Formats: sequence, structure tokens, C-alpha cells
Amino acid sequence: MIIKATRLTLAAALLGASTFGAFADGFTLENPECIAPANPGGGWDFTCRQVGKSMQDLGLLDKTLQVVNLAGGGGGVAFAEVVNKRSDDDNLIVAASSATATRLAQGAFPGNTMDQVRWLASVGADYGVIAVAADSDIADLPALLEMIKTDSTSVSVAGGSAVGGWDHLKVLIAADAYGVEDVRTVKYIAFDGGGEAVTQLLAGSVQAFTGDLSEAKGFVDSGDIRVIAVLAPERLAGEFADFPTAREQGVDAIGANWRGFYAPGDMSDEAYDTWVSKIGALYASDEWKNIMTNNGLAPLDLQGPEFEAFVADNVAQIQKISKEIGILR
Amino acid sequence: MDTLISLADGFAIALTWQNLLLALLGCFLGTIMGALPGLGPSNGVAILIPLAFTLGLGATPSLILLTSVYYGAMYGGRISSILLNIPGDEPAMMTCLDGHPMAKNGMAGQALSLSGIASFVGAFFATWGLIFLAPQLVKIALLFGPAEYFALFALAFMTLGGVSSTNQAKSAFAAALGLGLAMIGVDTQTGVPRFTFGEVHLYDGLDFLVAIVGLFALSEVFIFLEHRHGDANGSADKIQVGRLTPPLSMLKQTTPTMIRSTALGFVAGVLPGAGASLGSFISYAFEKRLVDSEGKTFGKGDPRGVAAPEAGNNAAAGGALVPMLALGVPGSGTTAVLLAVLLSLNITPGPLLFSQNPDVVWGLIAALFIANIMLLAMNIPMIGLFTRVLMVPPRILMPIVAMVSFVGIYGISGSSFDLLVMIGFGVMGWVLRKLDVPLVPIILGTLLGNSMENNLRRAISIDNGDWMTLIDSPLSITLWLIAIIGFILPLIIGRKVKTKMHSSRDEEGAISD
Repeated sequence: MIIKATRLTLAAALLGASTFGAFADGFTLENPECIAPANPGGGWDFTCRQVGKSMQDLGLLDKTLQVVNLAGGGGGVAFAEVVNKRSDDDNLIVAASSATATRLAQGAFPGNTMDQVRWLASVGADYGVIAVAADSDIADLPALLEMIKTDSTSVSVAGGSAVGGWDHLKVLIAADAYGVEDVRTVKYIAFDGGGEAVTQLLAGSVQAFTGDLSEAKGFVDSGDIRVIAVLAPERLAGEFADFPTAREQGVDAIGANWRGFYAPGDMSDEAYDTWVSKIGALYASDEWKNIMTNNGLAPLDLQGPEFEAFVADNVAQIQKISKEIGILR
Repeated sequence: MDTLISLADGFAIALTWQNLLLALLGCFLGTIMGALPGLGPSNGVAILIPLAFTLGLGATPSLILLTSVYYGAMYGGRISSILLNIPGDEPAMMTCLDGHPMAKNGMAGQALSLSGIASFVGAFFATWGLIFLAPQLVKIALLFGPAEYFALFALAFMTLGGVSSTNQAKSAFAAALGLGLAMIGVDTQTGVPRFTFGEVHLYDGLDFLVAIVGLFALSEVFIFLEHRHGDANGSADKIQVGRLTPPLSMLKQTTPTMIRSTALGFVAGVLPGAGASLGSFISYAFEKRLVDSEGKTFGKGDPRGVAAPEAGNNAAAGGALVPMLALGVPGSGTTAVLLAVLLSLNITPGPLLFSQNPDVVWGLIAALFIANIMLLAMNIPMIGLFTRVLMVPPRILMPIVAMVSFVGIYGISGSSFDLLVMIGFGVMGWVLRKLDVPLVPIILGTLLGNSMENNLRRAISIDNGDWMTLIDSPLSITLWLIAIIGFILPLIIGRKVKTKMHSSRDEEGAISD
């Protein structure tokens, strides 16, 4: 019991110590909070926690960024909560990504649109990859797409999102760019997350994998899978420089899963500017560059109005594809 | 030999004062979180992540703290199952079936200490399995394609009959109800919402934690309210604690059970997506088939019915770390959270983790051993304390149960909609208990229904609509054979003993009493 009491005192002292300190900006964040609109363990959760930790390490936040997991409706529950109940909360930010844009574009958040919230800034992008097993006969992206074009039943493509989700759309963008007549015939198998999809690629159940670079990284390093195309405008830097882009193989397809934050729609301008500058400062730091490198995140440096315009473009683009493939009428 | 040297290095990393204190803290908090209905291992771990970050812990200490919470919660879940008939978390559901009857028979202390020992055995050997078999086990996981997963889930449901009820038809009804409830939400294969009525809260389906707390905890409160007019603190409810340690003969009787269940639970844990609940369930079902095929003692307080699921779910907890570390694919909700922690500490789990971050891996494994021994040492003396709960009169206990249920669920989801769903489940549980319909198959249905359906549809669409794909590998054929035998055998045996057992079984049925 004595040990326990001592330990609790120690913990309390350490927790208490972090509440002292001075604020840098004109606006003071009382109790900064980040909503991860999914259960712990996913990409949004990672975005909130990693950004919170790094901001505190860098001294951008004096208090711990409280992470709240508000799962439901693929982010729809959190979006509705922010719009309906907390629209003037100055201390709140919410993690978002291409998946958020996809659902907004396809009207999967009933009654909600992207202009009901304020878009803050991006913290990086994950470029899409298409990969096959290391011992696969498929040599490159045109070979895979040619197989799909001649007989779409012969190739199963696995991904971590639902049908109509971002992983699915990426492979459709590539198929469309290659000239597959009816992209709806592409056989896409939805798994619960990229990890499960890669496992099934290794097990030989499916022939190809569509997902994010960060999901595939560990398996590429170990030599289990081979990336046949990265859906980036040009080759990536560093250890990823070996992956050919789709573009250099004659398939003009680009797909990036951006990660960023939005804030409540009626957030005050001071609070909005404070958050934008803090996330911007985080993005510019060397520590964040390291995290991006380690996790296969590519640069995407957009803040404030620039980011807002980018999201709007993204939503419009996804709406266009979704209409073409018949997911959206 | 290399393995043992690496393990020794791991102990050298883990055995510092700071790490031992963290393990102790984690074990203590984990046990409490596991015991509270609603709070399970995944929430427990998630809640402590900020603490780990705030204290500025490095990779290994953070993991030691969080895995101690994980193992602690797996231990703690059994406490409320045995004492209150309310599972502390999903995997502890099966422990209710024999644990609570044991407590009612005045053997609460023995049930708690036996389940503590079974948990220790399961977790201890699973950790050894993790050390020596991790690379090989990954290959087993790779044998499982969608068709094999479907066969595995089918096996779980086909051996369900008679597990929690003596009436097969009522079990089947309950399982069908659970499967039906699992269909609510956005269909991941097509993105179409089903049975959501435009309500965005239902898009992700029903949270099975909400279902469990409603079905088990709240319905218990409703049953109490109903009987309130009588003598609420009547002598019928008085439970004797009995002796605190199990007699040697009981340990001897349950030893083979623990060994079998550890092996089964471990394999179930290794398969991504199956997890601890399936581990404890398969262990219990298998043990019942094996030692009590006539249904005489299981469900009435058989110590083997307590040892099997506890050894099974703790072994599965260790097993679930295999795909998480070696493939970067979480085998359960909790390992998904741990995976996220690893990623935010800049460690990428996957095939190269063992060679790139040996200090982290072996420190973690050593921590598992330390946490496990601490938990056993902590749990046995605390049994006397836990059993005091039984002395609390129901008129005080039940409002506390109701309060903990509401606070627990709201704390996790932060949504008042979930509270309404929970009340709905509470009412449903109350009605079903009146009708003697077992509640466990409903939870299993909601828990496994989506994975089962998705894997069926994946298998069929990969093979372009050819149903024969379900039986085109030796593994899936084997699984189907076991499933069919498990389904038919009790029907034949059951008929034989039915007349014999008829009179004594009538008051049995639902897991309540």
C-alpha cells in the first residue's frame, strides 16, 4: 500500500507539473481537444495522438492534447456532433483525411456538407500504391491492368476500405486512366483495414493490393510484396525512390490520402488562426519531418484558406469519379 | 539458444525499478478496468495512452505499462462474471456460465482463485508460444483465406447448441437474433446502409459492449426490480464465500482442461480477427463436448467450466500478439490499439520487427512474464477483498451496477444514443430471461456475424460466384467436418439422455438461474 501511495503521488506530481507554463500566442487554448472520429488504433486516432504528442514535445501546447474517440458512421457521428452541438468550441479540432472527403462527396454524412466546418491544415499525405506478392508473375502496372481489361474476373484486388471508399477509387482511377471500358467490372474485395488486405495478398487469396504506402511499408522492407506503382506525380524521396510511378508507366493516375484537421464552423478567427499557426509550426519542425519519413508520409504543406480550397477540389473530384462509376447518381 | 539469450537481454531491459513499478501500476489498473462492466482491455489501454505520453516514457516502458493493463484486464474480467453474473468484458462472457453457479453454491472464493490460476496458466504458456512459435504461427495465419475463416466461424456457431442452454432450439433462436442484430449498419462490401433508418449513429452497427452491458447488467437490475416487492435481501440471495483456495483435487481435475484450453485459445488468438472471445468460447464448447457430453455438470458450477474459458481467453490474449508483432495485423481490438501505440512511437511492426527492434520485442516479452506473475501474486490475496462484493445487499449493489453501466458506456462512446440502445438491450434481456432464452449466443452472433458474412462474400466474389470455393482446401474441409460432427453428435447423445435428465433440467435454461 505504501508503494502504491507513493506511486500515485509521483504520478500526480508529474501530471501537475505539465499544467504550468506560459502561452506564446495571443489566443489561449484552455483545454485543447482532438476528436478522432474512429475507435483507437486507426489512422485518425494516430493523427490526433501523434500530433498531440509532437506539439507537446515541441512546446507548442502547454497542456496535453486530449484525444477523444468518437466513432460512428465512418466519421459521420463526429461530424454531426461538431456541427450540431459544438459549433462554437474554440478548443476543438477533429482529425480528417481523404476518407472524410470521400464520404462528404458521396453524401454519406446525411445532411452534412464540407462548408459547415472550417478546414485548418494538412499534416502530410499518404500516396496510394498498387502492389503484388513478391513472387507474382505480374511484372508491372500495365500488365496488371491489361489482365483486368481482357478478363476482369481473373484478377481480385484487395483493399482496406469499403466498396466506393478511397482504396477502391484509387484502383478505379488507374483502370480508367489505362482505358478499361467499364471500370465497374473491376473485382474489388473489401477487407477491414489495409493490414488484413496485405495478409490476404501474402496468403494468395487475391492477386493485387491497393492501399496506402504506410500500410505496405513493413512488407516491402521484408521483401514479401512488390510495389508495381505509386500513384504520385513524381518519384518519392529517400528509400521510396525505387518505386515506379504510374505516370512513368503510361498510366496517368494520381491518388493521395491526405491527413489533416477541421474545426467547428463558428470557431472564432483568433482561435482558428492560432490553431493554423500551431499546426503550421509543427509541420515545419524537424521532428515532424522525421515522423513523416518513418511513416511513409509524403509532403503536403497546406494551411488555412489554401487547405480549404484543396479539400473543396478533392470533394469535387471524388464526386465526379463516383458519378462515373455509378456509386453516386 | 539464441532465443533464450535474447530473452535474458529482454529481462535485463525490463527489470528496472521504473519498469517494475509501471508493470505493477498497469496490472492493478487493468484488473480494475477488466472487472468493471463496460470497460474492457481495449478501452483500458486506450485510456492509459495519454498517461504514457505525458510521463514521457520511452518505447519499452510504455509497452510494459500498456501490456500490463492488457493482461490485467483479461484477468479482471472474470471477477464480475463470477460474483455478479455480469461479464466484465466480452471474453469473460463464458466464465459466467459455470463461474456464477459456483459462487451460488458457496464456492465463490474457489472459483475466483481457480480462474486466477487458469488465467495464469493460459497466459504463461501463450507467452512461451509467442517466443518459440511466432514465425511458424504466422504461416498458419496465412493458410486462412476468406473461405477458411467462414468455415471457422460456421464451426463456432454449429457447436453452439447446448453450450449455454439445454434447449438447442432456443440457442439457435438466440444466435439468429444476434446475427440479425449484426446486420445493422453500413455494409462494408457495398457501402450500403442496412436497417439504419437514416440514423447516423447506427451506421457503424451496434457496439457489442453496449449490447453486453445492456443484456447482462441492466437486465439483472430489471430482474431485481421485478422481485423487489418480495424480500429483496432475502436469504435466497445470500451467497456464502466459502474457502478461498481450491483443494488440490480440484486443481488436479482441471489441469488437463487448462492445457487443452491453452492450446486452443492460443491458436484462436493467432488468427487475425478471431480474438480472445472466440478463444474462450471454443475452449468452453470443446471442453464441454469432451468431458461432459451428456450435459450433466457444465452450466451448474463445474470447475472445469471455469478453468476452460479463462485459460482459453488469456492464452488467446498472448496469441493475438503474434500477428500484431510479426505481421502488423492486429488479432483483436486491444492489439489494434497497441499497434497504434507502436506506430506513434516510430516502431513499425511487421516481418522485420524482430531484427530491427529486438530490444523492444524482447523487453515486451519479458514484461509479459513479469506482469503475469505479478497478476497471480496480486489476485490470489485480493480474492478475500473481491468476494466482499457478495456481502453487499442487492438493494445497494443494483443501483451501483446501473450507475456503473451508464457511466461506463457514456464514458466510452460519449453518446446518449448508445445509452438508449443499452436500455433497449436491457429490456430485451429481461424478456429473454423470462423466456429462458440464453443470452450468450446473441452476443456471439453480434460479435462474429459481420466477420462471418464478410468472409463468405469475399470468398464467393473472389471465385466469381462459385460456391464450391468454400470446400476446396483441405483446411476448410477439415473445419467443416468438425463443425458437422459438433452439430450432429449432441443431437444423438442428447436424445439418448433426454428422458433420463428430463425432470432435473426443467428449471435450467437461461444463464440467469
